[in-house]
Amino acid sequence: MANAQSPLPAKVDANWHGAVVRALKDNDIRLVVYVPDNVLRPLIEAVHADDFFTAFVTAREEEAVGIVCGAAMAGLRGIVLMQTSGFATLANVLASLAVAAQIPALMMISERGTLGDFQPGQAIVCRTMRPVLESLGIEHHTLTRLDEAHFIVDRTIKQAYKTEAPAALILSPMLTAKR
Amino acid sequence: MGSNETPARRDVKMMNRFDLTVRLVAKLKNAEAVIGGIGHSNFDLWGAGRRPQNFYMLGSMGLAGPIALGVALAQPKRRVFALEGDGSMLMQLGSLATVANVAPRNLAIVVWDNGMYQITGSQPTATAGRADLVEIARAAGIAQSAWARDETDFEHLIERALAEDGPWFIAARIDGTAPKQQTPREPVIIKDTFMRGLGVKP
Repeated sequence: MANAQSPLPAKVDANWHGAVVRALKDNDIRLVVYVPDNVLRPLIEAVHADDFFTAFVTAREEEAVGIVCGAAMAGLRGIVLMQTSGFATLANVLASLAVAAQIPALMMISERGTLGDFQPGQAIVCRTMRPVLESLGIEHHTLTRLDEAHFIVDRTIKQAYKTEAPAALILSPMLTAKR
Repeated sequence: MGSNETPARRDVKMMNRFDLTVRLVAKLKNAEAVIGGIGHSNFDLWGAGRRPQNFYMLGSMGLAGPIALGVALAQPKRRVFALEGDGSMLMQLGSLATVANVAPRNLAIVVWDNGMYQITGSQPTATAGRADLVEIARAAGIAQSAWARDETDFEHLIERALAEDGPWFIAARIDGTAPKQQTPREPVIIKDTFMRGLGVKP
């Protein structure tokens, strides 16, 4: 039960992926389409293990956004999981489909290229992510704390559907790399 | 439908996209959904008559199939068609492997192949060279993939896609006739009409 004084739930999730799964279920997000990433692995495994979800991999992130947009228009709520470099391939589909037609395409992006990454390609492409989201006017939030994770995911999904707009949830290493 | 039963691209009749689109739409009696790919595919769908179950793409080249897959997953009792050009299909060959593995029974991808990027000045696509999209679809794992030999065969393939389990991949060689009409660029109206046509929005 939620504490009346605090916007944060009294229930403490054991880990970030548990908090995400709970928020997806609370909002009837049943379709999970992804291009895998090592950080996303526990979330991907959790949704595959749970009959509540239909989960599958696509060849490209752009394709996954198309699938989730089609499903959203036909009444099935979905989310795309990807890493930073995958998001960098999406400006066209976001602009011409999700933003133009006002479709609540939800995205969850594992943030690579920051806070200790070893890969220069990831570090460079990471700098394009927030400017692209901002130039397209797409609501986005970065998850850094476990105690805030469910609240942010839950509220972002609700706003995306109420306002018929795409939204992005960025998983920071602050959240996912802490042991 | 084994590979020995279906002809190769070079062996089939060159047809007309608008004529085939009209023939396809005429067979839709159960509010089937149709996703019209970017450019001439959706212009001829628009020209073939307004249907609230039609979604007309105004960008995102190559995504008619993925959008149709999402619709098919959301509404498994409704048949869903994606209409794509050869240039668009070549952009998302990986999506054929996704469709094969997800294997929606209610999805058919129809490709109009004129071997050119017609809307940008008729530059040749790879299908004007050596690529055969039906062979690619079959190799991606969509067993029911075929070229339409002629108009009668096209109608027969559409009837099968309406009656039998998919996924289906149906390709037609078409000529270079440009559409007579263009879809209005009204993406929000198009989406809202489509969602009402699918019974999702009141």
